[in-house]
Amino acid sequence: VFVFVFDWQVEPNATIGEIKSMFHKSHVLFDIFKLFIRGKSLKDEDVLQHLPVGTTATFYFRDLGAQISWVTVFLTEYAGPLLIYLMFYFRVPFIYVPKYDFTTSKHWVVHLACMCHSFHYVKRLLETLFVHRFSHGTMPLRNIFKNCTYYWGFAAWMAYYINHPLYTPPTYGEQQIRLALTVFLFCQIGNFSIHIALRNLRPPGSKTRKIPYPTKNPFTWIFLLVSCPNYTYELGSWLGFTLMTQCLPVAAFTLVGFIQMTVWAKGKHRSYLKEFRDYPTLRSPILPFIL
Amino acid sequence: MASGEEDGTVEEKETNNKKRTKGAIATAWLTFYNIAMTAGWLVLAVAMVRYYLQKGTHKGLYRNIARTLKFFQTFALLEVGHCAIGIVRTSVIVTGVQVCSRIFMVWFVTNSIRQNEESVILFVVVWTITEITRYSFYTFNLLNHLPYFIKWARYNMFIVMYPLGVIGELLTIHASLPYVRRSGMYSLRLPNKYNVSFDYYYFLIIVMLSYIPLFPQLYFHMLRQRRRVLHGEIVVEKDE
Repeated sequence: VFVFVFDWQVEPNATIGEIKSMFHKSHVLFDIFKLFIRGKSLKDEDVLQHLPVGTTATFYFRDLGAQISWVTVFLTEYAGPLLIYLMFYFRVPFIYVPKYDFTTSKHWVVHLACMCHSFHYVKRLLETLFVHRFSHGTMPLRNIFKNCTYYWGFAAWMAYYINHPLYTPPTYGEQQIRLALTVFLFCQIGNFSIHIALRNLRPPGSKTRKIPYPTKNPFTWIFLLVSCPNYTYELGSWLGFTLMTQCLPVAAFTLVGFIQMTVWAKGKHRSYLKEFRDYPTLRSPILPFIL
Repeated sequence: MASGEEDGTVEEKETNNKKRTKGAIATAWLTFYNIAMTAGWLVLAVAMVRYYLQKGTHKGLYRNIARTLKFFQTFALLEVGHCAIGIVRTSVIVTGVQVCSRIFMVWFVTNSIRQNEESVILFVVVWTITEITRYSFYTFNLLNHLPYFIKWARYNMFIVMYPLGVIGELLTIHASLPYVRRSGMYSLRLPNKYNVSFDYYYFLIIVMLSYIPLFPQLYFHMLRQRRRVLHGEIVVEKDE
C-alpha cells in the first residue's frame, strides 16, 4: 500500500476516474490500481463530494500486480479444451497404442459427444467475443495459469477415456443417449438465453446494475426461482454430457464445476440481496428451493 | 476457473454471550482431545519400547503395534474438523494435507503391503516422538501452564524429525512399488462401464513426487512459526 501526498485543486464534482487519470499523468508507471478510503475500495464513477472527505482527502493506493484482460483469459481457457478434445478424438499419435493412430471410434455416441463438446466451447468463445459485458476489465495474471490448468487438464482427462479404443458405450444404449442429448441441448439453449437476457439488462458502456427478470423467452422464466440460472443450465448441460458418455471423469468435472458455481451463485445472490431492497424472496442462488 | 467478483468484504457479527459459551465448550473438548491423544501416543511409545526390550529385535514390531497406531492416527481426522469449525486457528488445508498423508501411509501403504521393516520403524518412531510433543504442547497451552521445555521441543525437534520422517515414508513407499506392480492391487483397467482407469503403481510414484513441492512448504511454515514463537520476530507473509 502506498501513501502519496498531493496538493491538487480539484472540483468537488470530480470523479474517482478523473483523479486516477490525473495521478497516472504524473506517475506513468501506475496504470492499473484501486483507490481506497477507510478500507473500502472506490469505483471510477464515485464523485468526490459524495465521499467522506473534508477540504483535504487521503487516498490509499493498492497496486493490483500484473493483470490480464478477462477476454484474453476466457478465450485462452476455452480454446484449449476445444482443440485438446479434438486431438484425442482424431487419435493423434503418442496418446493411444500406435495401431489406433488416426483411426476413429466405432461407436456413434463418441462422434455425438465430440460434436456436443465442441459445440459447447465454440458457443462459449462466441459468447465471450459478442455477448458478455464484463464489469471488470482485468484479473490477476496468475489466474490464467490456474484456470487453464483446470479447463485443459480436465478436457484432456475426459477426452482420453471417451475417445479410447476400449471405450464402453452407455449401459442403456440409445434411450440413455437420446435423453442425455435432449437435456444437453435444452440446457445449452437455456444458458444462451440467460446470457442474452443478462446482456440486455445493461446498455453498452454502462455499469448500471439491475435485477434480472423473466422475459418473453420461456427459457428465462427460471428467473422466478433462481438468481443465477446461467449456472443452473450449465450444470444441466454437463449432467447431460455425463449421462451421454457414462464416463466417471466427466462426472468428476461436473461435480467440481457445480461446487465452484454454487460458491459464485451464493455470492451473487448475497450481493443482489444487499443491493436491492425489493429483491424477490422466492429465488434461490442456483437450485430452485434447494441451494 | 474464472474468478468471480473480487471486491467487497463481509463482516459477521456474533453476540458476545454466545461466543463465550461456545468458547468454553470448545476449550473443554479440545483439552480432553489433546490429553487423550497424548496418552494414546505415549501408550504406543511404551509398547514399542517394551517389544524391543523383550524380543531384542525390531522384526515384527510394526505388526504388533499396527492396530493401536491406526486407531490413534485415524482419530486425528477430527483435527481437520476443528479447523473447519474454527475452534482451532490453523488452515484447514495445511492440517488436511498433513492428516491425509498420515492416513494414506497407515491405511494404504503399510496396511496392505508386506514391509521392509527398517523404514517403517523409522517413520513410526519419528511420528511417535513428534505427536507426543505436539499434543502435550497443545494440552499445556489450553491449561495455560506451558513449560518452556515443551515449547522448545515442539518448535525445535521438527527440524530433525520432519526430514527423518519424510525419508522413512519415502523409503517405505518405494519399497512397496515392486509388490504393487506385481499384484496390480487397487487398480482399475479398461474396458469397464465407467470408462475410467486407475493405476496404483503410477499413483504411488506421483505421491512420492508430490513430496517435492509439499514438504518444503510445510517445513518452512514450521520454521516461520518457530521464528515467531521463539524469537518474537515479525515475519511478513504474502497475502494470497
